[in-house]
Amino acid sequence: MTSTALDYSNADLRALLLGLPGVDQIGAEGRVAMLGTRSIKTSSKVFALDLAITMVDLTTLEGMDTPGKVTALCAKAVHPDPTDPTCPSVAAVCVYGDLVGVARSAVGDRVHVAAVATAFPSGRATLPVKIMDTHDAVAAGADEIDMVIDRGAFLAGDYLKVYSEIVEIKQACGSAHLKVILETGELKTLDNVRRASWLAMLAGADFIKTSTGKVTPAATLPVTLVMLEAVRDFADSHGRRVGVKAAGGIRTAKDAIKYLVLVKETVGDAWLTPDLFRFGASTLLNDLLQQRQRMTTGHYSGPDYVTID
Amino acid sequence: MTFDYAPAPESRAVVDIAPHYGLFINGKFVEPRSGNYFKTINPASEEVLSEVSEAGQADVDAAVSAARKAFGKVWGPMEGRDRAKYLFRIARIIQERSRELAVLESLDNGKPIRESRDVDVPLAAAHFFYHAGWADKLAFAGFGDNPQSLGVAAQVIPWNFPLLMLAWKIAPALACGNTVVLKPAETTPLTALAFADICQQADLPPGVVNILTGAGETGRMLVEHPDVDKVAFTGSTEVGKAIQRAVAGTGKKLTLELGGKAANIIFDDAPIDEAIEGIVNGIYFNQGHVCCAGSRLLVQESIQADVLAALKRRLGTLRLGDPLDKNTDIGAINSRDQLTKIEELTESGEAEGAQRWSPACAIPEKGFWFPPTVFTNVTQAHRIAREEIFGPVLSVLTFRTPDEAVEKANNTPFGLSAGIWTEKGSRILWMANRVKAGVVWANTFNRFDPTSPFGGYKESGFGREGGIQGLGAYLAVEDPS
Repeated sequence: MTSTALDYSNADLRALLLGLPGVDQIGAEGRVAMLGTRSIKTSSKVFALDLAITMVDLTTLEGMDTPGKVTALCAKAVHPDPTDPTCPSVAAVCVYGDLVGVARSAVGDRVHVAAVATAFPSGRATLPVKIMDTHDAVAAGADEIDMVIDRGAFLAGDYLKVYSEIVEIKQACGSAHLKVILETGELKTLDNVRRASWLAMLAGADFIKTSTGKVTPAATLPVTLVMLEAVRDFADSHGRRVGVKAAGGIRTAKDAIKYLVLVKETVGDAWLTPDLFRFGASTLLNDLLQQRQRMTTGHYSGPDYVTID
Repeated sequence: MTFDYAPAPESRAVVDIAPHYGLFINGKFVEPRSGNYFKTINPASEEVLSEVSEAGQADVDAAVSAARKAFGKVWGPMEGRDRAKYLFRIARIIQERSRELAVLESLDNGKPIRESRDVDVPLAAAHFFYHAGWADKLAFAGFGDNPQSLGVAAQVIPWNFPLLMLAWKIAPALACGNTVVLKPAETTPLTALAFADICQQADLPPGVVNILTGAGETGRMLVEHPDVDKVAFTGSTEVGKAIQRAVAGTGKKLTLELGGKAANIIFDDAPIDEAIEGIVNGIYFNQGHVCCAGSRLLVQESIQADVLAALKRRLGTLRLGDPLDKNTDIGAINSRDQLTKIEELTESGEAEGAQRWSPACAIPEKGFWFPPTVFTNVTQAHRIAREEIFGPVLSVLTFRTPDEAVEKANNTPFGLSAGIWTEKGSRILWMANRVKAGVVWANTFNRFDPTSPFGGYKESGFGREGGIQGLGAYLAVEDPS
């Protein structure tokens, strides 16, 4: 499919995106602040911790990643707490494209393998390179692709370019699930977050994802709120459920539970599944595990009682 | 299995409710000369919390006389900077005892702990801090270089925000050098009595603050007392009118903060998700027991269906129940009387042909409860569009053009507050100039701040509380409003 065969002109997309209701930033921040006061204790906390673990995309995206590092990460993804067989696996491991093969052979089909593609994290490459990047990762065994949008094109008002790239990458994914990273830390306004969310969903995203983790701020509660509202409204109008992935900056179990509350009270229990909500994180998992151990054993063991992989 | 919230109750251990309270007169708790007592209950369980005194004429005389003496000898002559020290001290004690006050308020009033903890108590402290700052700067408030205090203020407050209304009344009165006799509402005396304890803890000179518990009759005796210089009342328009008649010709300075039937106006270019929160916060905050509640939703007809669908979905997430549970959004109705009034008015809404809707929600067996309720197909002629319900009941009306929105918003005997929701800044200003309401919120609702004057038009009363304008109500100057 080429951009000439697309359903929209840039003017159509502009009219559609600018016709979405605005977001009042103070109101959105007030809403998440209020939801942040929800008190999740006892049996609810036990449930929430396990749910959060199953939603983690355990991530390593460093220049110094090696097959050894990725293999260790994969072992942790499958058995996050080797001392407790009741601890669930995470949702996926998330790695750079060249390490997909290593990850796939380490995890088999026990967890998903997600690859960042399309010249992650900046997205500054030509479309053929991005397509090739995607093909490569899928061929090596990735069943989830985390692509970045062209923020420059978005900010320049070239919505059609952003849209058509997503359409092309979605096609290159084949049966692999496509997560579209908006990099909300570079879009800056919540209005932009809402518009980019719709653009990605219209173009076929299976998931919309906040951030690469390479830009500050990464995931925030107000941004995630706006994205959840977008997937909720999109499901109402288009009949298709799109997932949300909050990535980067979520380090504690307490924070993760705030996100689960946000999901529950914005879009409902239907989205409280790894098929529709994910955390992109590396250090979060260990805090979830420590809190889980505390809920099981009644005491807090400390960081040396969870593995560092 | 789903992600449900397990009960997360705030502990009652932080409060120590005495089985019996006297009246707080001249710095001491004393038994009422009337010899009468009444009980205060927890509206969420109907459990009796305590027995409090009902002040009679002799008690009112004693309290006013104590206040007069304290005004003449101590508080009136005191330098503003010294009055400020007491006010700062009270503010800090409120903060230090905030958990206790929040739990006490939720027990006696029925409001969710989330609101008493995050709204009522912090705002009460903020009012004392703000007015403490004014106490030594009154000469710079725009009322001349030596504004004089009035004397003894008789203050009668309602049950919807017991401690906060006390702060709204007492903080400016004291900052301006007046002494106070305050009567809390019959159903919610406990935080005012805790405040009496705070006055003792702060070493406030005896007689500067006097607290008389009692019902309407005590209030009447207090405002009609001849040695009172100032009357401040917050409550129903009906009682406000009676007070105004009683005070007429006496030379007492009067401020009244009465009922409301605010329009919350949603334009088609509003930030819809935040507007939904604003509607919820406007009418379901504090079970709708809010004089400035956004009880009339005026929504542009072109987006009515979308807004109603979104609102109904949102109301489905509200959590009604134990006020002390930290996750409760809707607490108990304050009294059986109020519940009866809400039921009567909502029944009239149905009888007059409006369509009633509430989300599925379990109502506890004991106590006074009313589910969040929405009425559609409401017209300006319906009682539920004209009378203050003072409960979690929203009447939805539509408009087509900005002019029609203004007309409908102003077509009420009240004029306390209004909300305007639009992303268009010029429309906010255009509307704010035309809506006859003492407070106009733009893209928010039910926000309070001690620096901002609050008060009404028409049958919502007169005088302002808070801000520089609020000081004028407690000084011997022309009322700035």
